[in-house]
Amino acid sequence: LSTWSQRLDNPVSDRLRDPASTGYVAILLGAFAAVLAIPPIEARSPTWPIAVGIVAIALGIWTATRGRRRLGWGAVAAGLVGIGLGILATKSGTGNLDTVFNTTLIAQTFGFATPLVFGAIAGMFSERSGVVNIGLEGMMLMGAFWGVYGADKGGSWVVGLLVGMAAGGLLALVYAYFAIHLRADQIVGGTAVNFLAYGITGYFFQQFFSGQVTGQVSTVPNLHIAGLGKFLEGSIGDLSWLTWASFALVIVSYIVLFKTPIGLRIRACGEHPRAADTVGINVYAIRYGCVVLSGLLVAIGGVYLSLGPQGNGTFINNMTNGRGFIALAAMIFGNWRPGGAFAAAILFGFSSALALKLQVYSNQASTLFAILPYVLTLVAVAGVIGRTVAPAADGKPYAKQ
Amino acid sequence: MTEPKKDLVESPEQAASTGTLAARLSLSQRAGGVAVPVATVLLAFIIGGLVVLATGHNPLLAYHDIFNGAGLNWIFHPSTSTQTIAGYNLSQTLLQSATLILTGLAVAFAFRCGMFNIGGQGQYFVGLIVANWLGVSFAGMSPLPHILIAIIGATLAGAAWAGIAGVLKATTGAHEVISTIMLNYIALYMATWLFGDSGPLQNSTQPTVPVSNPIAGSAQLPVIWGTIGFQGLDIGFLIAIAALIVFWALINRTTLGYEVRAVGFNPDAAAYGGINVKKNLIRAMAISGAFAGLAGAVDMLGYLYQYGSLDVAVSQVGFIGIAVALLGRNTALGVLLGSLIFGGLIYGTTQGLSSNVIEPELATNLTYIIQGLVVLFIGADILILYVWNSRKRLRRKSPPQAPAKAAVY
Repeated sequence: LSTWSQRLDNPVSDRLRDPASTGYVAILLGAFAAVLAIPPIEARSPTWPIAVGIVAIALGIWTATRGRRRLGWGAVAAGLVGIGLGILATKSGTGNLDTVFNTTLIAQTFGFATPLVFGAIAGMFSERSGVVNIGLEGMMLMGAFWGVYGADKGGSWVVGLLVGMAAGGLLALVYAYFAIHLRADQIVGGTAVNFLAYGITGYFFQQFFSGQVTGQVSTVPNLHIAGLGKFLEGSIGDLSWLTWASFALVIVSYIVLFKTPIGLRIRACGEHPRAADTVGINVYAIRYGCVVLSGLLVAIGGVYLSLGPQGNGTFINNMTNGRGFIALAAMIFGNWRPGGAFAAAILFGFSSALALKLQVYSNQASTLFAILPYVLTLVAVAGVIGRTVAPAADGKPYAKQ
Repeated sequence: MTEPKKDLVESPEQAASTGTLAARLSLSQRAGGVAVPVATVLLAFIIGGLVVLATGHNPLLAYHDIFNGAGLNWIFHPSTSTQTIAGYNLSQTLLQSATLILTGLAVAFAFRCGMFNIGGQGQYFVGLIVANWLGVSFAGMSPLPHILIAIIGATLAGAAWAGIAGVLKATTGAHEVISTIMLNYIALYMATWLFGDSGPLQNSTQPTVPVSNPIAGSAQLPVIWGTIGFQGLDIGFLIAIAALIVFWALINRTTLGYEVRAVGFNPDAAAYGGINVKKNLIRAMAISGAFAGLAGAVDMLGYLYQYGSLDVAVSQVGFIGIAVALLGRNTALGVLLGSLIFGGLIYGTTQGLSSNVIEPELATNLTYIIQGLVVLFIGADILILYVWNSRKRLRRKSPPQAPAKAAVY
């Protein structure tokens, strides 16, 4: 074992870890996705070209967020073209592809990506300030349940949104107290937050709703845009308000984090809290603020799940079902940057949308696309194909001297 | 991670020499003492009780019913028969505890090597899958070899599954928490697919029901207490106890355990002392996974016999193992006690519960709330120590305010 592990620390493996080589691999994969569908391999179903294409896109995002932008986005394009050609090539054989690949697929991709975008950006704020947030899943679950509760009791989805955000923020505040003030292990604390949210939402769901939401509660409306032409109208003409809000959040969070003094302070706390403290930044205040903000934001993702077009005003136990962790993965994949996290969230959303669509045809293909985000993240954190650079002080409690 | 805590608690040697209660507490805390876990459990039960109270139920009566539901009232009228309700409930609690001992050990062993194995749930699923596959295959084999094949296969599968995280950690530095979370979901979807509609392990008689085939009779574990058709307590419980002893011996009495603990205390010092850190990370993770895989085997061969996609979605035993291990301070004895508490909670709040104060659907979630609180408080043992220390300071006439303040902030 030891010799094998040592063998990974040589120049060849260093070159393998260089983002540039990842980019080239991604472009090759994109080409491979197209080749899969034509002779001699001639895959019957579009599953495999798409799977390979998604891996290519993922690697492209990876490369682009790690310094080799042109190469990375080139790889993303190669992956997209590969998927397109792969589908075209199999189209003649299959015939019912139109029912899978249509504008609703694009709309659903954005739909599935919405909670992931909120979660990824939320996690980014927390981790950029130096607090690891494994508890995203639980905070999202809180948002989902208390959102329904608020909408039901308050009679309006706006109340639901506010109550859901408050619940997520409150749980984040508890976590912040343990992680920052008591300097508890952040991974253990985050795990505890997930367990707590699972229990609390399950308990009160039973107490208040007897395990089922009866009657229609107010849901988040969609934004209807007319007159865009058939394609655009089908894909973005009927998205939830919260989906548009998630797009806006990506831009705003980029500006806040990288173009304002407060963003500089947040990043300083995540990279070198001692130095930040020395120049007069209140590390504790910044970290508290960021963790609570992350709870508020990820709870919006939860509210979207229950009150958005997919949940349509219902809640079920453990509704988030790992989406908080996929959001965490999207953040890691996007290298703790808003643009990268957004791209990864969209990709994972696409994978989920495909999983749903393909369920009709093949259980196997559906499972494959459900697993894909987790496999990609596993490969990503392994760092064999590039470097993941977390904020330097991420996860380290800070003790003032 | 643990570095800054030193400002708050005095060094153990210093603390022991002063001889106060708080000092002894801080020493026993480091040595794996009981004060913090006991306080944690009490606090978690009290807060859980407050939630029950706030929602209009009597917490004392609720806990009383859960206590009886877990079969703990058996001690007041013991009998070897499982025909009595208390006896049956107790056998079911022990059945749950057996699983939790093993999933708890899976977390504890990795902890001793300085790693947090959140992947117990996934490793448990892998064990279940392999045990079901091997248990269904080879029908007609004589029982002993069949059981051994299924158990060893599942254990190795769990070890391999966790080993992935260990190898990734050792070779590329990937954080085991993220990789085991991802492996959990991969295993979960794999199990859903394998047992699900037209999956390879789906039962052969009812193609619309997403449940596996039942294992062959030759692979079923013998029952030691109760009746085999009624989920009697099987020898899986004895296997779990044996695993506890193996864990204790491995950690405390072997070179392997010494190396694992050395890496857990301080990887740099261990490496300087000539210990191969990478090898030990992989080894510790694989052994952890073996315990969880064994848990899957014991459940599948012991009383589940078959498993479905819907069971996969609600299973939590791997996660409760985290609470068990943390509560048990990652020691063999502690894991045993922790597993009894949570085993009782699991059964006492579900099938065992017969109460007009709190219904099982509500009480089940009380278990998860208590589990969350336990993990939260154990993670912040500094809180309990701090309360203890400030009490001591209040008793003194001149409280050393400045260091106290520095400690909090």
